[in-house]
Amino acid sequence: MTSTTARTTAPRITPAKALAFLRDYAVLILLAALLIVLAIASPSFFTFANLVNIVNQNTPLALIAVAGTFVIISGSFDLSTAAIYAVGSVAAAWVAMETGNVVLGLLAPPVIGLALGVFNGLAVTVLRVHSFLATLASSLIFQAIAVLITGGALIQVSLDGFSELGRGRIGGVFYTVVILIVFVAIMWFVLKGTVFGRHVFAVGGNPDAAQLSGVRVDRTRVMVFALSGLAAGMAAAIGVSRIASGQPQAGAGLEFDAIAAIILGGTSIYGGVGAVWRSVAGVFLIALIGNGFDILGFNPQIKDLVTGAIILAAVGLAAAGIKRR
Amino acid sequence: MDTSTPLVELSGVSKRFGGTQALDTVDLELRTGEVHALVGENGAGKSTLGKIVAGLYAPDTGELRVDGEQVSKWDPVRAQRSGVVMIAQELSLVDDLTVLENVFLGVEANTLGVLHRRVAECFETLRALADFDLDASAKVGDLRIADQQKVEIMRALARDARVIVMDEPTSSLTAHETERLHRLIAQLREQGRSIVYVSHFLDAVLEVADTVTIMRDGQRVRTGPVANETKATMVQAMLGRELAVTFPERRPRADASTEPLLVVDGITTETGIEEASLVVRPGEIVGLLGLVGSGRSEIARAIAGADPITAGSITFRGEKCRRWTTRRAIASGLVMVPEDRHAQGLILQRSVRENISLAFLDRFATAGVIRPAAEKKEAGALAEALSMRPPRIGLDIGGLSGGNQQKALLAKWLVGDPAFVILDEPTRGVDIGAKATIYQLVADLADRGVGVLLISSEHEEVLALSSRAYTVSNGRIAGEVDPAVFGVSDLLAHLFSVEQEIGAIA
Repeated sequence: MTSTTARTTAPRITPAKALAFLRDYAVLILLAALLIVLAIASPSFFTFANLVNIVNQNTPLALIAVAGTFVIISGSFDLSTAAIYAVGSVAAAWVAMETGNVVLGLLAPPVIGLALGVFNGLAVTVLRVHSFLATLASSLIFQAIAVLITGGALIQVSLDGFSELGRGRIGGVFYTVVILIVFVAIMWFVLKGTVFGRHVFAVGGNPDAAQLSGVRVDRTRVMVFALSGLAAGMAAAIGVSRIASGQPQAGAGLEFDAIAAIILGGTSIYGGVGAVWRSVAGVFLIALIGNGFDILGFNPQIKDLVTGAIILAAVGLAAAGIKRR
Repeated sequence: MDTSTPLVELSGVSKRFGGTQALDTVDLELRTGEVHALVGENGAGKSTLGKIVAGLYAPDTGELRVDGEQVSKWDPVRAQRSGVVMIAQELSLVDDLTVLENVFLGVEANTLGVLHRRVAECFETLRALADFDLDASAKVGDLRIADQQKVEIMRALARDARVIVMDEPTSSLTAHETERLHRLIAQLREQGRSIVYVSHFLDAVLEVADTVTIMRDGQRVRTGPVANETKATMVQAMLGRELAVTFPERRPRADASTEPLLVVDGITTETGIEEASLVVRPGEIVGLLGLVGSGRSEIARAIAGADPITAGSITFRGEKCRRWTTRRAIASGLVMVPEDRHAQGLILQRSVRENISLAFLDRFATAGVIRPAAEKKEAGALAEALSMRPPRIGLDIGGLSGGNQQKALLAKWLVGDPAFVILDEPTRGVDIGAKATIYQLVADLADRGVGVLLISSEHEEVLALSSRAYTVSNGRIAGEVDPAVFGVSDLLAHLFSVEQEIGAIA
């Protein structure tokens, strides 16, 4: 704004505005509150080492959730990320052992993930199957492929350097943390600042209007699934590198953890609204709840109960906001 | 007319939708055993009034009395309990259930949740009463619209309704079916039931109604016995107003020797268009006149590439359009402002700015990266040019009034400097101020040599703005008229007689 002709009135804080603010930034407020509580409760919590550890441990989940944000904003679901993770894990181990080439092995999961993501996207757009069903079915297929590759067993990787990706550090910081930060930054920009990102919002907000506006709705859908598959593959590369063994049951439950984190962050399950930072915050909110249980010595058996209750409360708060409109 | 207590009485009822005053202090008395017609142009408030009677809408102000008792809370459930049932224009049946299940849905005779056997008998009684030829076990989704409507009527009968509100009940019926419906209505009246008959088919009203309330711009013009009315007096009352909006000067017809911008030659679609042909020259505003459901919008969608054509051809700027999609149409300068701005036009959760730039984002992007400054500048300039209120392009578009949403929707297509614009219902649900802006905009476009295809249920505006106009009926172009000499009443007479001829054939 270059000129301000309107009278400037001090912004008044009404209860409705306060509630709207609370709803918009609930995940950040909770995250900050939890950080403070844990920092006060335990001197060992707020240390560089512990924080880096938390980020490192949650990198695979965060990668999947960040890409999954695009899928959910576009109005779809990807339930196959855990299965792609499994295929990626065993493929990395298998390729590495067959070729003896660590780099080739670790590059396999992202490439395969991308391909499986495109497969999902085509299933959704060509067959016109709801993404929930399409990816539920494809995850069975992918899971079976993972089992077939290993023959049901584990593939141990006994090659030097295979674990470098997952365990190595640069200046005290894990490579994985650097990868995550770069990925988040790129995805944040792609969603907010590019034509593709805008189309993702449009497709999720109103696919008919998007189509009539000349947006390639189907292509956009394929691309978000491809992105989700790529991220699941990257997560698999990090995961398999860490444990140096390919297991077909690796990553079980990751798909639901990712969706929970995305929704907890405040991205709308109905599509059209959301942000990358929200999902990152969602992932670490869930992570801190878990970490807090350990640090404070609470009964770990009720951890899931508390996490579930918090997600329900967050989604309920968002739904209350939608109804008032 | 009897002077006893009215069955349902509304007094001083008003209703606002966003920026539109749908009803303005309207009174209505509904008596036992009468067929009460509500007539008016599209947007006059007749449907809204019917829906308030049936509890679908709550009035903003005004009182409602049922059997002389004031009612403070009124919704569809309470209305049904008092015997008031609505048969909406958009039928509300469960497609996957059978006819019988739909008829008794919600009022199933049961003992502790277990359905009674005699339901089938009840159905037979009802069917005999209605004289409908319906299979109780047929799935409703498989029935034709006309038959689905019969199911709706039986549903009302199953609830032993005292008042049945019918919203445009004949709009999808053949002449023969309409006649049967009217016989049924007479029968229902004999039984002491009251019917509210919302329609713009004036002949039907003259035939079936006892009392008529004529609506115009959300107000009641008059209520009186149908015996005192003719088609002409009703049309006059429906239209008889000073023009609230002034239209820009009519664009002249283009010289017939001018190279056409768009030639549509005998197109047929799966959406019901048959061999439609039309021509638009640069700088012309061409109207498509027809009733709702005549195929106007389907013709528009086919031209815009939204629906595929199965026969015929479209030639735009001298080139045959092949593999025509919205994307290609937009890229070559042919755009459509769709009919339903919420369902087809806008992304309601997103900002005004994002909505305006969506169709031509590439203009504000380098290698796929949006240049926010350029985008803001263009969206802001358009918001200003169309005097959008508030002119803040960062707001969610869902929170704007209908008129401002419509302006944003127009702005979205102006971004691309189109050579041809299809406007489908550009002023639906828009206030008078915004209408004037939109009319001026349409005239300005034509002045710049843009071709315009204009569709509106407000026939008056099509007639006032268009250089030429085609009439559309049953998916076909029925003829071409000169809007300069054609009045709205001529048009209505024309359209209705066309409809009737086709109805008689069917």
